[in-house]
Amino acid sequence: MSTINQPAAPSRLAVPELLVGIGLLACAGAVAWQTLAIPVSPLYSKVGPTVFPYLTMVGLMVLSLLLILAALRGGWQPEEEKETPTDWKAMGFVVIGLIANLLLIRPLGFTAASVIMFVLVCYGFGSKHTLRDALTGLILALAAYFGFARALGVNIGAGFIENQLNSVIDAIIGALGG
Amino acid sequence: METLGHLAHGFSVAFTPMNLMWCLLGTTLGTAIGVLPGLGPALTIALLLPITYQVAPEASFILFAGIYYGAMYGGSTTSILLNTPGESATIVTALEGNKMARSGRGGAALATSAIGSFVAGTIGTLGVAFLAPVVVKFALAFGPAEYFSLMVLAFITVSAVLGSSSVRGLTSLFAGFVIGMIGVDLQTGQPRFTFGSTELLDGVDVIIAAVGLFAVGETLYMASRRYAGKDEIVPLKGSLYMTAAEWGRSWKAWLRGAAIGFPIGAMPAGGAEIPTFLSYAIEKKLSKHKEEFGTVGAIEGVAGPEAANNASAAGVLVPMLTLGLPTSATAAIMLSAFQSYGINPGPLLLTTQADLVWGLIASLFIANVILVILNLPLIGLWVRLLEIPAPQLYAGILVFATVGTYGISQSPIDLVILYLLGAAGFLMRRFDFPTAPVIIGMILGPLAETQFRRAMTISNGDWSVFYTHKLSLTLLTLAFIGLVGPHIWAFIEHRRRRGPEHVPGDA
Repeated sequence: MSTINQPAAPSRLAVPELLVGIGLLACAGAVAWQTLAIPVSPLYSKVGPTVFPYLTMVGLMVLSLLLILAALRGGWQPEEEKETPTDWKAMGFVVIGLIANLLLIRPLGFTAASVIMFVLVCYGFGSKHTLRDALTGLILALAAYFGFARALGVNIGAGFIENQLNSVIDAIIGALGG
Repeated sequence: METLGHLAHGFSVAFTPMNLMWCLLGTTLGTAIGVLPGLGPALTIALLLPITYQVAPEASFILFAGIYYGAMYGGSTTSILLNTPGESATIVTALEGNKMARSGRGGAALATSAIGSFVAGTIGTLGVAFLAPVVVKFALAFGPAEYFSLMVLAFITVSAVLGSSSVRGLTSLFAGFVIGMIGVDLQTGQPRFTFGSTELLDGVDVIIAAVGLFAVGETLYMASRRYAGKDEIVPLKGSLYMTAAEWGRSWKAWLRGAAIGFPIGAMPAGGAEIPTFLSYAIEKKLSKHKEEFGTVGAIEGVAGPEAANNASAAGVLVPMLTLGLPTSATAAIMLSAFQSYGINPGPLLLTTQADLVWGLIASLFIANVILVILNLPLIGLWVRLLEIPAPQLYAGILVFATVGTYGISQSPIDLVILYLLGAAGFLMRRFDFPTAPVIIGMILGPLAETQFRRAMTISNGDWSVFYTHKLSLTLLTLAFIGLVGPHIWAFIEHRRRRGPEHVPGDA
């Protein structure tokens, strides 16, 4: 924003920031498209369900144009942030871990999917102790599962592991109660 | 006097063994997540929102408030020993606190921030108890037009004035509006922004939004920045007890910090950044030990801002409880917890939910006492949390993110939304967009829309209600000044300093 204090050096185009601005303009376009798709009853001629969406759309368009303008003037990121290289490999492993979790949580259940995600994310962050990570992940996932499922009654996706343990716990509770 | 009676009643609610347990659990959990970098109270409360299905409202709000206060205490530990401010309000604590730790006075820095937080937190909570009923009397005179204008003022200050850039702050806010509008329009029943998907008819859950932006986004960002410098923990050296001289230098700073922090936090604009920076500037100006600032670390520079931070955190509860106006991401998520109980915070809350509100306020006093006990003798224990290695920490955060999200509906679509919001959170972090305004916009946007439409319906579609009502006009004028004032001021400064000849003309 405050390009005021910069000397009148030839401003260079900041490509990443420009892409952010253009992406946001596309979002504003999507808002416009979805706003036009809202059916308006003729009874609501004054302030219907579209007034606020239109205001939001206009706001987003103005803001994205301002961001594009800032990008054309050299962007807003500080130099040190630009100079730090992005660790694509680490990020890639985190993303793979997330996607694996998404695909496996239905077929394998929460705990198994979480352990796989845990190991992949740890590996991405540079951990080399895969077996130990798997064990840590298992303990954590079981703690999280039973914390939510049993203490709070929020039933999150149970798979093979959870069902086996649940029946064991029920059997123990039954034995103690009976 | 009336307030004292309410407070006594509040203590009778808070002092039940179960509620004390929730308070202890909340403060402990809050301190832990405050210490751990990458986690904050907003994310933690979002993850725990499902307990509102199970637990009485008093208990869950006592838990949430404990987390909220506890995170303030824990956050200062990380700032002092690791020089990693978890949130913008603790940046100032890191300035002097880390310098003190490096020169071997880390113990005194931690002690002054814990005791200062206790003093300021207690003053701030007293302020909430006595100010809230006053604000309620004022707020009862508000019509929909005034409410809408007040929300506009809050939007502008939260996103444009407090952040590093008004354009990026407002962009975050508007993105929050869009997310908040997804789903069925409550007044006409029309679906909006659903892209034809039935999964989106219920809207986007605040848990998914907060967890996606804060947890998934933060994890992706930390993974991408592994080449950036590693933080080192300064080992805790020296006595935890402050010397008489350090006490003497601290106590005035605590009181001044509290006096600055609470009123600013209690304004509908809120925010802890301005009072902490203000307190730092004042302490630096008044100090007899100016040479210590920025070199070996001055204890006033920790005591004052830390007190201001905690007092303003208490202050934020005033507009939240009396007007239903959250001015921080944590307050916004607490508001959505109220909504999940079917309670609408507003002027009537103090009378219709007296047990809840006064029990909550009383438990804040108890939380402060518990926190000072938890933080002074046990500080060594909390420091050990900093030794959790980053891989396991972030992998664990993602496991809990999945529990919180997938647990709501067991729908993989929710995980897809979570990841998309996580990707957005990563980009926002990468390109310096603040994330808190997204959550505030998402929760407050629909409320503002309701007030807007109500005002327009009452006025028969006449827009002039927003500027013919004096109060509404004042609030909108303040918002406008907040938005353009800093730019005009910068422009004038620039002209004065460099002459009128080259003015690039800023957006």
